[in-house]
Amino acid sequence: MESLGIIVAFYLLSAIAVGGAIGVFLASDLIRALAFLVLSFVATAGLFLTLSGDFIAIAQILIYAGAIPVLIVFAVMLAPLAGRNNGNGLYLVPGLALGAAVAVTVAFVAVDVEWNELSGALLAERDFATTANAIGNALVGRYVLAFEIASVLLLAALIGAIVLVREDEAT
Amino acid sequence: MSSTLRQGRRRPATRVPPGLMIVGAVFALGFLAANAAIGYVVIDGRLDGQWYDIRDLGFAVQELKAQLDAINDDQPGFLDDIVGQHWMSYAVGALLGAIGILSFIGGALLVLIWVERRLIGRMQIRRGPNRVGPYGLLQPVADAVKLIQKEVLTPDGADRILFLLPPAIIFVPMMTAWGPVPWAPNMAYLDINVGVLYLIAVSSLTTLAVFLAGWSSNNHYALLGSMRTVAMMISYEIPLSIALLSVVLITGSMQLSEIVQWQADHNLWLIALLPIAMVTYFFSSTAELNRTPNDIAEAESEIVAGFHTEYSGMKFGLFYAVELGNALLVATLVATFFLGGWSLFGLEEWIPGYLILFAKLSAAYFVLVWLRGTLPRFRLDQLMRFAWQYLIPLSLFNLLIVAIEASLLARWDAPGLVTLGLFTVVNWGAAYILFRDWARRIGYQPDAGGPRRAELTQQVGGIEAAHRMGTAT
Repeated sequence: MESLGIIVAFYLLSAIAVGGAIGVFLASDLIRALAFLVLSFVATAGLFLTLSGDFIAIAQILIYAGAIPVLIVFAVMLAPLAGRNNGNGLYLVPGLALGAAVAVTVAFVAVDVEWNELSGALLAERDFATTANAIGNALVGRYVLAFEIASVLLLAALIGAIVLVREDEAT
Repeated sequence: MSSTLRQGRRRPATRVPPGLMIVGAVFALGFLAANAAIGYVVIDGRLDGQWYDIRDLGFAVQELKAQLDAINDDQPGFLDDIVGQHWMSYAVGALLGAIGILSFIGGALLVLIWVERRLIGRMQIRRGPNRVGPYGLLQPVADAVKLIQKEVLTPDGADRILFLLPPAIIFVPMMTAWGPVPWAPNMAYLDINVGVLYLIAVSSLTTLAVFLAGWSSNNHYALLGSMRTVAMMISYEIPLSIALLSVVLITGSMQLSEIVQWQADHNLWLIALLPIAMVTYFFSSTAELNRTPNDIAEAESEIVAGFHTEYSGMKFGLFYAVELGNALLVATLVATFFLGGWSLFGLEEWIPGYLILFAKLSAAYFVLVWLRGTLPRFRLDQLMRFAWQYLIPLSLFNLLIVAIEASLLARWDAPGLVTLGLFTVVNWGAAYILFRDWARRIGYQPDAGGPRRAELTQQVGGIEAAHRMGTAT
């Protein structure tokens, strides 16, 4: 945190992200909740940008603001009851409990960890041009096993989806 | 019989007055002299990196920023502590670039509507707009004034807030996607390292705006149109991304300026090296654009106007402007990725890079208009099948080939003419075999009964025949 501008940006983006998340919770219309969700995701991408994580910010927009809403849109279009005014709070209490648990965990980690703070010359020393190269090298270098497992998992999911929706040719 | 038809009316020859000819000759001589002077300065190397080097407006901006930084250092203001040092050069640079992009798109939108309608008119053997102003040039202005005057309706039962948002939201991706486009070696507004990814991410935001527009209208046609759009966009995003991935693989960078620099260094446009990626990208982009071969999302004969059925007045105007702006953007990106961007085999030393890019994007845009003017509309299932059964397997094959070639290129220490020449031959062979045989594999049969060659409408009679019969007005 060097100048005031980035602090203002941090609080502004955080406010938008948290406000969007609250909007998701309060909106009774599923599509409105979706719009709030996208707002929250975009603000989170902005937070990543203030941390110079360009790749992760773009990935956030691509996956969370671009792809996840489409998934929800498909759910809305395919499910008969997911139309307007679906504000029946069947899972209100378990949802609140789960959310509180996640929030407490994250808060505990954030407070408990000794964050390695760098600023000024120390930060400039560790500076690298882009995170894309570093992430790519890490993915096919140190974490190649996890990467391969994830790709096998995705392939299995893909094949499973094809098998599930395949029309039976005998009938 | 067709040879006896007159092919067009001869115009009476017009005489140019001698005074005008003299003025014209003086202007031409002055133009040549100016060009010779510029040529002298360029050969001399006196222009390189100077602020008045108009071949690359980036130099002028850099000079301006340096001046502003000097002023800032001399007289520190209270904003230096709050916003950061050298805030003035940041602000001015950002504003200049944004104004440049905005004015380019705004000007292009005004002209493009006319160009597109006139071109399609030519292709469909009619005149196109020719009443408002000279050659109908003021038609877009008249259209805009008409749209502004119209009432902006909100249908009964529409979700009012969500109905208001989409015309504004949909403008954002279209404008921001222009950021990373390099107009000259130093002339890119937002030259980020993850440029390609940024483009894909930003263009995927359009989907949601389109869906919100269709959903909130409370209209069956609008909802159908937006459902079609969502299905089509996520289908065609896959081949589009894979095509761009092969570009990234071979050039080894996601930065747009570096991709263009690679093409300039190797004197090779990527259209020669990656024909499959080029075709896949171009076609998938037309799907993302909702333009005519793929405009099922707003098919007039089926679902009125698709997702923007209920929008009237300037709200509809915004959708229309975004559609045109996106078409121009796709033309620019095709020119940047596959046609060499600002490079032209060394001629960029002489001609400003942005003019070269503009010429290339105009050519790409002409092809887009050509497709729109000639091809009929796909059916929804045909379009989906084309994406999933044809374009995606082809682009995956292409990605495999390109990945092998990219790793060869990194390891094989041979002159570029050998490696890239070999890859070009291999890729064109692969493109020919894949395009033909995969189409046959999924059940395409060449039409045996039709005419072998296309017959021109003029040979059959065309507008002249209609004139003689007295049916054309």
